[in-house]
Amino acid sequence: MEPVTSTSYIVLGVALFMLLNSAALAVYFERRIAAFIQNRVGPNRVGPLGLFQPLADVVKLLLKEDVTPTQGYRVIHTIAPVIPVFTALMTAAVIPFGEGLYVTDINTGVLYLLAITSLGVYGVTLAGWSSNSKYSLLGGLRAAAQMVSYELPLGMAIASCILFSQSLSVVDVANSQEFWWNIFRNPIGAVIFVVATFAEANRTPFDLVEAEQELVGGFHTEYSSMKFGMFFLAEYMHVMIGSMLITTFFFGSYHLPFAGYWLPEITGMWKVILDVSVFTAKTVFFAFVFIWVRWTIPRFKYNQVMKLGWKKMLPLSIANFMVLAVLIYAYYNFL
Amino acid sequence: MLENYLPIVILAVIALVLAILLMTLSRVLGPFRPNKNKLSPYESGMDPVGEADERYSISFYLVAMAFIVFDIEVVFLYPWTVQYLDAGVGTLVSMIIFILELFVGLVYLIKKGMLDWDIDQFKL
Repeated sequence: MEPVTSTSYIVLGVALFMLLNSAALAVYFERRIAAFIQNRVGPNRVGPLGLFQPLADVVKLLLKEDVTPTQGYRVIHTIAPVIPVFTALMTAAVIPFGEGLYVTDINTGVLYLLAITSLGVYGVTLAGWSSNSKYSLLGGLRAAAQMVSYELPLGMAIASCILFSQSLSVVDVANSQEFWWNIFRNPIGAVIFVVATFAEANRTPFDLVEAEQELVGGFHTEYSSMKFGMFFLAEYMHVMIGSMLITTFFFGSYHLPFAGYWLPEITGMWKVILDVSVFTAKTVFFAFVFIWVRWTIPRFKYNQVMKLGWKKMLPLSIANFMVLAVLIYAYYNFL
Repeated sequence: MLENYLPIVILAVIALVLAILLMTLSRVLGPFRPNKNKLSPYESGMDPVGEADERYSISFYLVAMAFIVFDIEVVFLYPWTVQYLDAGVGTLVSMIIFILELFVGLVYLIKKGMLDWDIDQFKL
């Protein structure tokens, strides 16, 4: 564990700025890629190639009327949208973007990540419950049950990563993959983690929470103006955070594949540029996969989601963890 | 040690301020013209029938209860994972037994149909 230096605060500023902007850009690319997949053009009017579309959307949302249903629970209704934005931003604190490039390196980093990401469920559930609308309530309940169910395989998959790093610091997890990425050592865990991340971010094929045909807007049916915008912003921030976590835990973080074997020692500015661009490239790729999947795969039914979570992914992730634990124990103690 | 958490506190303050600022901005900038129909809960254009906080399916509660048990298992695993390589074979065996016990619990839950969300559960 390194002490906090001025680098931390620079990284903090840059990371916040990039995260907020990448969420806005993700909205644009979602619509653009969706359009191309469906053989349309997509938003192309505002600014060059329609790139200013998210900006226009934010201005429009800010100028709309903020409606709170009279029968709802006003205070909770107002607090609820703050929670997902807050948790999405907080996650950035422990993710390393390059060697020595992190906001802070705490020895409970992985636990911190799990704790913060699971807080996100409160936002969705409270939003659904406090709106006093049947659609919202059902959306919120579904969200709670689904996110809670997929947190278990997610936690088990992360635990199987810690077997390799032998440390709960996220920086150590990243550095343990210098020679072998975790996806090569732990492929089942990687699959489980990716699927669970999709479910945690409430993205298709797990977007039962806002299944339009059944629930109108799901938990944010009763939200308007920037309160709705914040749920929207949080969803795309969760997409970016999810991509970062997939990169960090299973795809070598800022390391190139097998970098320890062939990459010569680089120092100074070039190292920073290489690390950050490798990390960014992977994150952007996974964000693209998030969007790609959304416009390719249809939505599950709710009982299918629950079946997959409890009857397949949870036993599989537990078995995967135990087998890996025994193998690693045998490797360290008998070889 | 503890000073490593300082950036997290700063980040939390920034995140909160940012979130609250966004919400206040829309309150200040947007119009405010409420009327009865606008403020009533959305129900496909009809007048809402009854309250929304009625009783809902017991399955949601069951999932929440099962979650607590298995989440504790996951939380138990983390410190164990960091330590078990140097702690001898007894630690490994006891964790395997612990996980197997909970696994039996999971099988029991599934066999009891607690996690069946199909329509069949209403034919009991």
